[in-house]
Amino acid sequence: MKVGVLALQGDFREHLRAVERLGAQGVEVRRPEDLKDVERLIIPGGESTAISLLLRESGLDRELRRLGRAGLPIFGTCAGLILLARELVTGRDGVEPLGLIDIAVRRNAYGRQIDSFEEDLEIAGLGALRAVFIRAPKIERLGPNVQALAYHDGVPVLAREGNILVSSFHPELTGNLSLHRYFLSLGAEREVR
Amino acid sequence: MERGTFKVKSGLAEMLKGGVIMDVTNAEQARIAEEAGAVAVMALERVPADIRAAGGVARMADPQKIKEIQAAVSIPVMAKVRIGHFVEAQILEALGVDYIDESEVLTPADPWHHIDKWRFRVPFVCGCRDLGEAARRLAEGAAMLRTKGEAGTGNVIEAVRHMRLINKQVREAQHMPEEELVEYAKELGAPLAVLQAIVEAGRLPVVNFAAGGIATPADAAMMMQLGADGVFVGSGIFKSSDPERRARAIVQAVTYYSDPQKLAEISAGLGEPMKGIAIEEIPQEQLLQTR
Repeated sequence: MKVGVLALQGDFREHLRAVERLGAQGVEVRRPEDLKDVERLIIPGGESTAISLLLRESGLDRELRRLGRAGLPIFGTCAGLILLARELVTGRDGVEPLGLIDIAVRRNAYGRQIDSFEEDLEIAGLGALRAVFIRAPKIERLGPNVQALAYHDGVPVLAREGNILVSSFHPELTGNLSLHRYFLSLGAEREVR
Repeated sequence: MERGTFKVKSGLAEMLKGGVIMDVTNAEQARIAEEAGAVAVMALERVPADIRAAGGVARMADPQKIKEIQAAVSIPVMAKVRIGHFVEAQILEALGVDYIDESEVLTPADPWHHIDKWRFRVPFVCGCRDLGEAARRLAEGAAMLRTKGEAGTGNVIEAVRHMRLINKQVREAQHMPEEELVEYAKELGAPLAVLQAIVEAGRLPVVNFAAGGIATPADAAMMMQLGADGVFVGSGIFKSSDPERRARAIVQAVTYYSDPQKLAEISAGLGEPMKGIAIEEIPQEQLLQTR
């Protein structure tokens, strides 16, 4: 399986390593043509303002909207969650989200870096997972078709709507592959593009 | 809920990879940096080129100024403290700065020691010129490194020297039997345990950016091709004739660092870069990297 990882900025190498450890082929995506034959896509952690700008300048934003709507499974972690959201409650701040999952998100809602934290989470169907939250975004509203798969302090931190999966934490920083395995199994029943 | 763990500290640096951290001296410059795609800004009183020109004692920036910059942008805000000045660091932590740079660009405050960075919840980035310096800073708790280069010169040669030297020393250490490694640690002035961890990982255990003298998109892309995880640009942006365009171009160059065609497009028509200084023209005692 060919898994694209958006490589404009951020911790894309950690995601590539995770999918390769699961036996998939990882591909760095920096231009629309890099998406050829990609069967899954990951948007990594990083700075959402910088990634959003580079998405627009490269024309990848239009392409990702099209593929996401057509059913390509996409997993966004932290900045990736922000970029996949429908609504940003803090105003745009230069970030233009792709609008592929019906959630409202507040950037940097857990505070500054000194408030960043790690904690064990219980994930529906996958068990316990160490989750690292870094200047994390908070999901403040879930659309009717969005399913929450994990909570922290009553707030959803892992959510899925159809082919789109998002987490406000960083599974790629822990070496635990269960979420990546779950993502690669998504949408396997359906033919993409 | 665990805060301030090493995972959380080094994790923020992981998120900055493939990005550009820009020196800014006020809220207006911080906004320009953010709009150009900077992954973080470094708040300071003067850019290194002006510190070099002004002479005197360079200190932590005014907290008022740091607060204005924090209010102006949504990206992480870093700030510099003098080497060894743990109270400046306490103040920056109290201000909620996202990363502290214990920096040779400011005038050192302690003749013997760097800050014990393990005592802080806020993460630190430190400069290094070789593997020994890198290992010592890691032993003190740095969660991110940057090669020092020679700040405020617009001359990339020292950044290249430090990046190449560290890469070479990591390779050398990897091929040594244990007894040679003990001797090598002594020679480098590196704590052996840190050196062993580096050998095991085959690389520095934290993110390592390039800094000090990067002035053009080509400079930035070269540092990336040499293995930097990202770049700091200090005077290079706001000492050039068109900071907005240059900032955007350097951001693009760090993403497309291995694509010469794209780099050619990015580098065209940016106006005058900052005027550089030859390293040989700087009196030995005015070099910042030896601090």
